[in-house]
Amino acid sequence: MTRRAVLPLALAAAIPYAIHAQVSSARLQRASEEPQNWLTYSGNYSGQRYSPLRLVNPSNVKNLEMKWVFQARSLQSFSATPLVVDGIMYVTQAPNDLVALDAVTGRVFWIYSHRPSPGRLCCRGQVNRGVAILGDTLFMATVDAYLIAIDAKNGQPVWKTKVAEASAAYGMTLAPLVIKDKVVVGVAGAEFGIRGFIAAYDARTGNQAWRFYTIPGPGEPGHETWRGDAWRHGGGSVWTTGTYDPDLNLTYWGIGNPGPDFNAAQRPGDNLYSDSVVALDADTGRLRWHFQFTPNDPYDYDSTQVPVLADAMWNGAQARLMYFGNRNGFFYVLDRATGRFLLGRPYAKVNWASGLDERGRPILTPQPAGTPTYPGPLGSTNWYSPSYSPRTGLFYLSVWENYGQVFDPGDPIEFREGQNFTGGRLLPPPGAPAMPGMQRGPVNTWHEGAAHGIVMALDPQTGTKKWAYTMHDVTTSGILTTASDLLFVGGREGYFHALDARTGALLWKVNVGGETAAGPMTYQVNGTQYVSVAAGHSLFTFALR
Amino acid sequence: MKQLFVVASLVALTAGQLAAQPRPGQYAPADVQHGARLYAAQCTVCHGATGDTVAGVDLRNGRFKRAQTDGDLLGVIVAGVPGTAMPPFSFNPPELTAIVAYLRNMRSLDTARIPVGDPARGKSLFDGRADCARCHRVHGRGPRLAPDLSDIGTMRTADALQRSILDPNAAIQPVNRTVRAVTREGRTISGRRLNEDTYTVQLIDQQERLVSLDKASLREYEVVRGASMPPYRDKLSDGELADLVAYLLSLRGL
Repeated sequence: MTRRAVLPLALAAAIPYAIHAQVSSARLQRASEEPQNWLTYSGNYSGQRYSPLRLVNPSNVKNLEMKWVFQARSLQSFSATPLVVDGIMYVTQAPNDLVALDAVTGRVFWIYSHRPSPGRLCCRGQVNRGVAILGDTLFMATVDAYLIAIDAKNGQPVWKTKVAEASAAYGMTLAPLVIKDKVVVGVAGAEFGIRGFIAAYDARTGNQAWRFYTIPGPGEPGHETWRGDAWRHGGGSVWTTGTYDPDLNLTYWGIGNPGPDFNAAQRPGDNLYSDSVVALDADTGRLRWHFQFTPNDPYDYDSTQVPVLADAMWNGAQARLMYFGNRNGFFYVLDRATGRFLLGRPYAKVNWASGLDERGRPILTPQPAGTPTYPGPLGSTNWYSPSYSPRTGLFYLSVWENYGQVFDPGDPIEFREGQNFTGGRLLPPPGAPAMPGMQRGPVNTWHEGAAHGIVMALDPQTGTKKWAYTMHDVTTSGILTTASDLLFVGGREGYFHALDARTGALLWKVNVGGETAAGPMTYQVNGTQYVSVAAGHSLFTFALR
Repeated sequence: MKQLFVVASLVALTAGQLAAQPRPGQYAPADVQHGARLYAAQCTVCHGATGDTVAGVDLRNGRFKRAQTDGDLLGVIVAGVPGTAMPPFSFNPPELTAIVAYLRNMRSLDTARIPVGDPARGKSLFDGRADCARCHRVHGRGPRLAPDLSDIGTMRTADALQRSILDPNAAIQPVNRTVRAVTREGRTISGRRLNEDTYTVQLIDQQERLVSLDKASLREYEVVRGASMPPYRDKLSDGELADLVAYLLSLRGL
């Protein structure tokens, strides 16, 4: 007793520790000012995945060496982007284990395990994309639709809120977004006919603060874009983390496909707010504006990509912009204060629309039955995070080029709770043996005419391609850029690359032996810059030798 | 040897083939004790220390959903119950014998030997005179220096809790030991060990920071034997001890 009481006092006086402050809302808003940390899913609220760190640069990047590996005890896709706060990394092991580890050595401090309910139906992949932090509390969304607050010091749960019914196919795979004193999440499960929503919860209590239905009900604006009861199972999943503009107090979220996925005739109308980006008041969840990319979508073109916020010149004046590389094959620029359409241009092979009209609405060119539509259902891009570098002024995204599939809407499908509600059929293009799917095997058997991957740099002022780094196989990797004009990206072939962000030249690569399904991130501890990337079932961390 | 053979045979038989009912006194005390430890480690997360946290199942009172005989119990433990949260377990035959022995004696063990008092009075003691809350955290309140006890009732039996209170030195788990390190620069760091390997150690220090140390950079490194917690053997009346155990048993996490 005596010893215990005396020791802490003596220690407190003797150890000149740096102050480890809590992660306040103010710190989250100014995350770019502490580039040693990675405080949100995309690094900061803008969704740019751009780091001001520059110790690793084009001259020395060839000297990167592996410092540690964390092997997940899970065979699910490793889709998480870690957070790093003052030298501690927080990363999820699919589906819902949260791990705190030393960001320098990879050694584990604690693991919190949530065992999802066995009766859950969601989601296609039992994955998780990461966590959020506020104060000393972490927030994890689970595949069985719980939001759990966890003590960042000891991994103990603080509260647990049921967001929706797992047995009705609701689930969550995204990393939550903390805004002020609230934790914002969205639900997935459109493949089973859910009605999607985005909801905010009080970070201290777990009580719901607001909810925005992505499929409006009777009396709500947008409901007129549905007929009959189709809205009840209208889909509109939200499974990738949104972004936030503190000045406008608007939070932006990409919304998924309408249900059923492929039989659009069954749900006539534009089907708002499916395949849209919505701007919500962060305090109330009220819709400020929306922009729909693919009305009455028959192709499963979820718009769940990260809406990237950038302040840049537009028509000679400084503007608050949103860059959106959409799964439907078009790159869009919107005014993020008003939602006004400014520019839209295809960045990959597209034949479902010949272009966009002056309001950004697609000019439809449906393909004859039995012939391929480009892009196919997994899109020209997808959940893999894009990046924007304010230094190069370029927008970077992972692209599936020359990727098409034959869509057959099939017969109307009746909704039955707990049953697949996609409808339709998908066929490879004539002559092609198969097309890439959600995941690849160890051997690449796609034929030469099939899709391939590109890391693409677009000039967001014009939507034109500045450079392309071409891969043999398609790619599911997110992208990271840094202030030393490096671009880090993985791929499906098991390589982790560093490219010159200005030219696309390959500067360094390493074989990590598994596909990347998340975005790389970077942080700094004690004067050393680290770069982490998940590949296969492991997280690899590199630093200069 | 005989026992081993019997158990192995039981495992081979499908549940329900054995008609023999349990008879009092057929379980060796050593098996019951061994089973209690296995149960605390493997079963309490779902079934709770008192065996009644899964709906429709009350292990302590012999109420099972799918088993009547010892053979049935073995079958469920070995095969699990598909479609439910009950997984198959790969215990070896002596372990299976022990677990069944414990399940059949849970009631007499806990209720006969360990008095369990009033949890509300126990909470008052915990927060007040016994001073437990000075080091332990419960449901988000209190320091993190000692183990968080928010779900201790799902992980320990009354027996184990009583032992920890009366004689923490004997009961402390290695994972909770205090470590003390002095760096080459002369900095002393002390805290509760969270993880350790050949080259590094991870701990939570006195200021509740997560610290990871490279052992090669340390001048001194010591795992402090014995618990920092004082023994309460002479500090609580029997009634108070029973109340404190009752409160701890009531802590079941979220």
